[in-house]
Amino acid sequence: MPELLQFLLSGITVGAVYALVALGFTIIYNASDVVNFAQGEFVMLGGMITVFASAAGLPLPLAALIAIIATAAIGVALNKLAIEPARGAPVVSLIIITIGASIFIRGATQLVFDKQIHRFPAFSGDQPILIGGATILPQSLWVIAGALAVFFCLWLFFTRTLIGRAVLATANNRVAAQLVGINTNYVMTLSFAMSAAIGALAGVLVTPITLTSYDVGLALALKGFAAAMLGGMGNPKGALVGGLLLGVLEAMTAGYISSQYKDAAAFVVILAVLFAMPQGLFGRKPTDRV
Amino acid sequence: MKFSATTALAGSLALVLGFAAPAFADIKIGATISETGPASFLGDPEAKTLKMLVEEINAAGGVNGEKLELVVYDDGGDPNKARTFATRLVEDDEVVAVIGGTTTGTSMAIIPVLGDAEVPFISLAGAVEIIDPVKPFVFKTPHTDRMACAKIFEDMKKNGITKIGLISGSDGFGASMHKQCLAIIGEYGIEVLADETYGPTDADMTPQLTNIKGKDGIQAVLNPGFGQGPAIVTRNYAQLAVGLPLYQSHGVASDGFIELAGAQAAEGVKLPGTALLVAGLLPENDPQRAVVVAYKEAYEKATGKPVSTFGGYAHDALRILVDAIKRAGSAEPSAIRDAIEGTSGLVGTTGTVTMSATDHLGLDLSAFRMLKIEDGGWKIVE
Repeated sequence: MPELLQFLLSGITVGAVYALVALGFTIIYNASDVVNFAQGEFVMLGGMITVFASAAGLPLPLAALIAIIATAAIGVALNKLAIEPARGAPVVSLIIITIGASIFIRGATQLVFDKQIHRFPAFSGDQPILIGGATILPQSLWVIAGALAVFFCLWLFFTRTLIGRAVLATANNRVAAQLVGINTNYVMTLSFAMSAAIGALAGVLVTPITLTSYDVGLALALKGFAAAMLGGMGNPKGALVGGLLLGVLEAMTAGYISSQYKDAAAFVVILAVLFAMPQGLFGRKPTDRV
Repeated sequence: MKFSATTALAGSLALVLGFAAPAFADIKIGATISETGPASFLGDPEAKTLKMLVEEINAAGGVNGEKLELVVYDDGGDPNKARTFATRLVEDDEVVAVIGGTTTGTSMAIIPVLGDAEVPFISLAGAVEIIDPVKPFVFKTPHTDRMACAKIFEDMKKNGITKIGLISGSDGFGASMHKQCLAIIGEYGIEVLADETYGPTDADMTPQLTNIKGKDGIQAVLNPGFGQGPAIVTRNYAQLAVGLPLYQSHGVASDGFIELAGAQAAEGVKLPGTALLVAGLLPENDPQRAVVVAYKEAYEKATGKPVSTFGGYAHDALRILVDAIKRAGSAEPSAIRDAIEGTSGLVGTTGTVTMSATDHLGLDLSAFRMLKIEDGGWKIVE
């Protein structure tokens, strides 16, 4: 039985990483229907800026804070310089712009920082915690707690605050939102800043486990995107559940079937779920007024 | 009128070329290296090393009284570009030899171009396929993954280990070394009881390691891999307290690995590495000591960055080439080729190189040092 528990803990560790990345997708998607493929780059920036700020002598919490603020600023710049000028363009074009932005950010990071792999120490040490014969690292608990906290804040934001509802309204119908007095430009800027900040926070939390380098963003974004699709795009609950489910699926396949088929098995399940429920597990059904 | 204009043009062209040629009588060496792109952490130190050494050699008077001229192209790790640049080096730049091919992919793309042009090529990539079977104009400096496997298995045998678990990266490096290890493992009487893999970007390998830990009879674990994977394997290995000897490959033989895995988790890990990595620990009478210490100091002074094994490959390639040009007394590609093949007892950073018509690598197992990580540093165990 300790094996099962170890596989489960491994799955939760990895799943929490996916969930944190997936949560970052939700805000921009909710504000504009755009899947931001530069989200992985925000995660990478969170980790890389923290690494270099702490290497420059800053204490880790301050370095992490700087990383989150700097990444949020880059998110705002992305919106102002690339997305806003193309406002009239269809969603597909905007998605392609985010892919371009991710390639640009990756290249710039390579030049500004370096091409090596980096890591900073775990927040509460590396002493594994024993649970019924299986082990988990303290940093995994940080990641899980981070994912839950972000989920809870997003849930509050979208359901309990006026600005959160304004974000949803903007996505639903930009013109109508403007008519009722919502500053849609501001909403877009805010959603990019928040998404980037969540991405950077994810980067800060996961780097002691996954390590970071200029090119980790793409792989993280793909897994986070898969998790978000599985759970239902745009729904924080979906991102959380989708991420954890994907992680546990991978760990169970690696443990019980074969590590060779780990990724394949996860994607087969995702395809099967999307085949039966195209909106994902918790996705909103599209309702069009006739 | 037209005729004479053409003649005049041709005449003046010949004149320009005729007078220009002596000014460019330098020995032209070409290089196509992955300075950017996914293999940039290999290519970057390689290109810097070549530029630094060429400057150094020219400052000291050049080779046979002539200056070296280095033409470097950045192929970004793309085999198509590497092939194009190799063609350009041969046809436009008319170089006498080419160093490069940071990755196995780019090297394999360059080989046919240079083979047809009969220009010697010294590859900086790992795969044994580059020099096996032997091609007349192709040489390489890095040891092969098969040699790394042999070195590790020798050490296992010495320690009475006969049953092991394998956990390999599924990337090119991990898959290739996995294959090479399995090809020769029988010669050492070692048996593989568990054979697991992980993806190059995976964040947690505890399920695979749990299965290895649960298999009865395993005496040691070997992790052929590259990049972040082995660091995570090492951390998970400590997390699960597997308690068996862990062998890593030469792919992670760098100080960065100890930092990534953490000194505590990496304690006791064994791996085959080059003399360059432990330059300061080599005994005074070690033949490689002078060479590796000189290169390490020069590189770190010139670039301000720690020296890497990969830069060492480029160092050795240029040294072999310069040595060959000196002995050939000529910069004719075919004379250089013959002289490279005659390289004997040349001490480089990866080992002492002695080539022959059947061996275009020229290294033996003594090129590797078995290293052990102790208290966050390296220790030579032999």
